[in-house]
Amino acid sequence: MSAFAHVPTGSGQSASPPPAARPGRYRFLPYLLLLPGAAWLFLFFAVPLLQLAAASLYDPEGSLSTGYTLTWAFGNYPAALQQYWPQFSRSFLYAGIALVLALLMGYPLAYAIAQKAGRWKNLLLVCVVAPMFTSFLVRTLAWKTILSDNGWLVGLLRDVHLLGPDGRLLATPVAVVLGLTYNFLPFLVLPLYASLERLDYRLLEASSDLYASPLKTFRRVTLPLSMPGLIAGTLLFFIPATGDYINAELLGTPNQYMIGNVIDSAFLVRLDYPQGAALSFLLMSAILAVVFVYLRRAGTEEVL
Amino acid sequence: MAQETPAGDLRLANLTKTFGAFTAVDDLSLTIGQGTFFALLGASGCGKTTTLRMIAGLEEPTSGQVLLGDRDIARLRPYKRPVNTVFQSYALFPHLDIFENVAFGLRRRGIRSVDQQVRQMLSLVQLDGYERRRPTQLSGGQQQRVALARALINHPQVLLLDEPLGALDLKLRRQMQIELKRIQTEVGITFVHVTHDQEEAMTMADTVAVMNAGRIEQLGAPADIYEFPATAFVANFLGQSNLIAGDVFGSNGSDTMVTAHGARFSVPSARARTDRGPVYLGIRPEKLQLAGAAVQVPAGSQHLDGTITDASYVGVSTQYLLRTGWGTELSIFVANSGAQQRFAVGERAVAYWDPRHAFLLSRRADENDRTTPVLDEPVGASS
Repeated sequence: MSAFAHVPTGSGQSASPPPAARPGRYRFLPYLLLLPGAAWLFLFFAVPLLQLAAASLYDPEGSLSTGYTLTWAFGNYPAALQQYWPQFSRSFLYAGIALVLALLMGYPLAYAIAQKAGRWKNLLLVCVVAPMFTSFLVRTLAWKTILSDNGWLVGLLRDVHLLGPDGRLLATPVAVVLGLTYNFLPFLVLPLYASLERLDYRLLEASSDLYASPLKTFRRVTLPLSMPGLIAGTLLFFIPATGDYINAELLGTPNQYMIGNVIDSAFLVRLDYPQGAALSFLLMSAILAVVFVYLRRAGTEEVL
Repeated sequence: MAQETPAGDLRLANLTKTFGAFTAVDDLSLTIGQGTFFALLGASGCGKTTTLRMIAGLEEPTSGQVLLGDRDIARLRPYKRPVNTVFQSYALFPHLDIFENVAFGLRRRGIRSVDQQVRQMLSLVQLDGYERRRPTQLSGGQQQRVALARALINHPQVLLLDEPLGALDLKLRRQMQIELKRIQTEVGITFVHVTHDQEEAMTMADTVAVMNAGRIEQLGAPADIYEFPATAFVANFLGQSNLIAGDVFGSNGSDTMVTAHGARFSVPSARARTDRGPVYLGIRPEKLQLAGAAVQVPAGSQHLDGTITDASYVGVSTQYLLRTGWGTELSIFVANSGAQQRFAVGERAVAYWDPRHAFLLSRRADENDRTTPVLDEPVGASS
């Protein structure tokens, strides 16, 4: 994940002598230190992933009661995609819209906290993180109350005729997108904040001195220099938001279901393991593809 | 070369900047001639950087005007001023390569073909071939030259330099001083250079203004200020001085007579800043000579007796401290030309000087002798 590796390399020019060879008995120390983490990753990530890959190729005729056989049924993939492409594209659409909304709110927020907040900085950061102290479910249920048909928000929107007399927010795509935006906003704001906090105001002065209006300064200096945080934040927002199913479940209806809901029901309701596994892999590869294209375009070129 | 209309002089008129109760720049007025190399010299906190930032537009004056020609630019936003700055920290854009750093100002003004200009500018600062490097890949001196090129390429009417050499080591600083002076002569732009390094100011500037507590203490050509300082602050900030507390007791027309610690001295009236009351008799350490006994002092000189309390050999000169009869220690720099007698610590000696090299400054009645002990390198002793 090269997006996170933007540490400046310092004075790459200076030729320092190579470090002296370590004494033999320390040579394996780094690997030894890696061992617990690697074992954990192997047992609880690599093995299940392989198992999931195998499950996605099971005989689709099998069931939990009759047992599954590995028949290399690659047909599971096109079948799953054909059946659930609306939920698939909806996932990316909702996550995409939520991302845009979150950027519109999150960038100014992160900028204000990092550059303008002064002594309020820490308090504001706590405010950003505070919702994380309660569970994801509780937060989403709270939104259910906020958006409910007889809640103040809907009442207000009806009064100003932004909603019709029977208009509602809950159980609409709007509710799901708002939920996604809210729930994943801190993941976008925190990396952005970290990037913007390091932004040297003297560079902004220099830009202003060199005929750049505030808008041009933002475009040519602030934005490129916050790219590492922006990339990290977008990914941390977009990836979980695409795979999310809680928001659609609690704030939407089956008409708003995203691919996460389908996978959830494939494993837990319909007990169609091959299909659930195939959908999981499709989602994973789709996200990887999007991330790859994104990093290639926004990637390391502009960034240190 | 100039794209802008001819600039005219840069004039600061009654410029004042206060931060709360603190007055950083206090009713400053001065004129900087077009095409001159001007240095604002002062200790940190004297208001020199604030003055520079007001010219650049990075700080808004509390009152007063910044005039460029006949135009008051004091309230223009920085990006609307024909003024560019070389920042103390260089402030190079880390996400852009050297070429784009230098081209930044041109591009922001919508100039499309920048190639030739950038290359010309890079060769002016002797960085040909560095176009695609990143700022972090360059040394301090190279970064400094990029910062200079980035500002100069815009042909500003005034170039501001905020302690641009502060981060460089001594040898590189010397080299850059000569370089900057060469470039300034070549491009003919008004340079306003802020520094706390008196040697830097004297080496490069045509005119030096010594600032203290938000005001200008003295303004003039480096040699004039050094040879005949206006105040005790200037006498000791710009190089070192032996200031002996005394009182004027008369004048014989061409000379002013002074008594100090029971002895009588005279100074040409043209070198006296005042003709009455308490004064300082000032003599630069290098203007003092040493002799073994009063009989060796040449006619026309004035002298003081004392005991050598310190002798530091620094190569080009030997720096002595001479304790006078009333306890003040005078600094004396004797050039190591080979002809001079060497003195040892504890020896009796006589310090003498040509009265035309002394100067008189006014003194507050409660102030005593002011001499700076020989600690760091004096002006001119190590170049």
